[in-house]
Amino acid sequence: MKLETCPLGRKLDTHKMELKDKLVSSFMAFEEAFDVDTDIHQLRSDAIKEFETLGFPSKKDEAWKYTSLNSVLKHDYSVFPNKEDAIDYKDIKKYLIHDIDSYKLIFIDGIYSSHLSQTTHDKIDVCLMSSALSKSKYKPIIENYFNKIVPKNSGLNALNTAFSKEGAFIHIHDNKSADMPIQIINFSTGNESALLVQPRNLIVVGENSQVQIIERHQSLTDHPVFTNSVTEVFAEKRAIVDYYKIQNDRDSASLIDNTFIEQKDESYCFMHTFSFGGKLTRNNLNFYQKGERSESTLKGITIIEGKQHVDHNTLVHHTSPNCESHQDYKGIFADNSVGVFNGRVLVDRDAQKINAFQSNNNILMDDKATINSKPQLEIFADDVKCSHGCTIGQLDEESLFYMRSRGIPLKEARALLMYAFANNVMESVKIPEIKKRITHQIALKLGVKLGFDL
Amino acid sequence: MLKIKNLQANIEDKEILKGINLEINPGEVHAIMGPNGSGKSTLSSVIAGKEEYTMTGGEILFEGEDLSELDPEERAHKGIFLSFQYPVEIPGVSVTNFMKASLNAHRKAQGLEDMPAKDMLKMIRDKSELLEIDRKFLSRSLNQGFSGGEKKRNEIFQMAMLNPKLAILDETDSGLDIDALKVVANGVNKLRSEDNAVLLITHYQRLLDYIVPDFVHVMVDGKIVKSGNKELAYELEERGYDWVKQEKSV
Repeated sequence: MKLETCPLGRKLDTHKMELKDKLVSSFMAFEEAFDVDTDIHQLRSDAIKEFETLGFPSKKDEAWKYTSLNSVLKHDYSVFPNKEDAIDYKDIKKYLIHDIDSYKLIFIDGIYSSHLSQTTHDKIDVCLMSSALSKSKYKPIIENYFNKIVPKNSGLNALNTAFSKEGAFIHIHDNKSADMPIQIINFSTGNESALLVQPRNLIVVGENSQVQIIERHQSLTDHPVFTNSVTEVFAEKRAIVDYYKIQNDRDSASLIDNTFIEQKDESYCFMHTFSFGGKLTRNNLNFYQKGERSESTLKGITIIEGKQHVDHNTLVHHTSPNCESHQDYKGIFADNSVGVFNGRVLVDRDAQKINAFQSNNNILMDDKATINSKPQLEIFADDVKCSHGCTIGQLDEESLFYMRSRGIPLKEARALLMYAFANNVMESVKIPEIKKRITHQIALKLGVKLGFDL
Repeated sequence: MLKIKNLQANIEDKEILKGINLEINPGEVHAIMGPNGSGKSTLSSVIAGKEEYTMTGGEILFEGEDLSELDPEERAHKGIFLSFQYPVEIPGVSVTNFMKASLNAHRKAQGLEDMPAKDMLKMIRDKSELLEIDRKFLSRSLNQGFSGGEKKRNEIFQMAMLNPKLAILDETDSGLDIDALKVVANGVNKLRSEDNAVLLITHYQRLLDYIVPDFVHVMVDGKIVKSGNKELAYELEERGYDWVKQEKSV
């Protein structure tokens, strides 16, 4: 036995090394395409060195204790897809919130698709990271914001920065509002036998401005896809950001979503994450409150099955007084699926009069399903209200009996209760079409028929 | 309709029902009265099929069929309805959506298609008027934040929607002011017919002024110790339960 287990362990490590080496060597090819005399070139070069040092995280890292990337890193990913694949709108329509008017930034295998997208420069900029990085008119914004809140201690962030090239660039100027939501959607076609994509998004929302964003990553075939995405969001004074992440990918697709949000005075940021599918999904969601009376809302619904794995790793860092944060994550885990919730709230000494709430409630539907829930409150101020609650439960027996006594069969009663449990989070969704879509999705996933079609 | 013979039931090895005999025929209204802890609510839960209780002896027949092996939902499909003493709150499911699931489950058990949405909504409207329920109420989450009276009214509304053969009303009068009590009683009376029956579980005679029973049974310590007509309820109201207990021990 020993002879077998030992090489196997080594083999996994070898995969990791192989991919790491491949990425580091690819970087040389990658940078040849660019002008090396720019600031961004320096950033990328520093980042690849950082990645070379840090590598991919392993379960030895405290923050990755419950999530192993081994099964994701074992594939021989292509880093540069060969060609743009033309896909028709009708093939992807169902992945869009198509019944609303919206700006669209659509990427196929990491490459911008102009014929599926709708950008604008009218009052607001909704365009491409590639042009923002190369055109001089965006230089001040890039200098002020690009890579400014991405922490230095993560190999994955460094890897994304090293290869940062394409993604969404959204700039809402002061006192302007995006007149319709913006959808950022990354498709992968399966043209490559395995593909690594690294979208890099920058969203700057000026003073007194508003924006709504919907983000999705979607694979169209069963070829392995690994997405390592980094998004920076800056909410200036009194800005309102309403952001939705819809994660319902195939079992061949894995996603590491690194999102960093900096908030100035009296800004409001709402993040809803709906995780319904994908092989492995890790959400590193970080809020930095750097202004008084700002408010952050982090909500999530996770409903997974099979061997799916969803990990929510959140941070809310309160540095200023009189702010609030609300976290509400609900999870339903069937079969052998695994959930992780690691919610860290950090309150600095100067951040007095903070209200920080966190709740994480889970239902395990099967004996083999797992949830690891770990709240972390680190409070250095003395006049704060912080609370956290975590439950891992079965469904309430009395409620089940009540429903059954009204003729609703056990299976349906359980589904209805789970639907009710998850759906509670939906109240804060502000785009009715998303609410409708996600509610329907939840009902579908749980096998519940609700509502009246007239 | 319902025949209970020498019914004995336990919860966690504690004997609660110690040999109940009760027969209810179509068109009848029975009331079971008794002091706290006598086993009244246990009896209603056992008839409805709550799994926490174990039947240790006797039998429950409903229209000649043994209920003991049936799930709560199967009993509901056969026409048994239990109005809860403490209706459960279900946040996230509206009253109408819950009713839809319940009614269509009944129809499915009868081999019928789902009720067309138009018909169902009309029925909901009609029955909610019967119970003087505000329309807005129907789109609220089931029982969440409802007052005690609203919860009970909602129970009878569901009963009206499902039109059961046997309705068991467990302490439906508790927590109701006199106006709400009248509305609820009126609702129940309108639903009475020659074909269905009502079993009232109550502590006080008050409800029986509005829903007049044909038979009154007194339950003490897991047994029915005395049965009579509605006059018995007045006697109990006046004299309390002690004399029945004494009579029993004699």
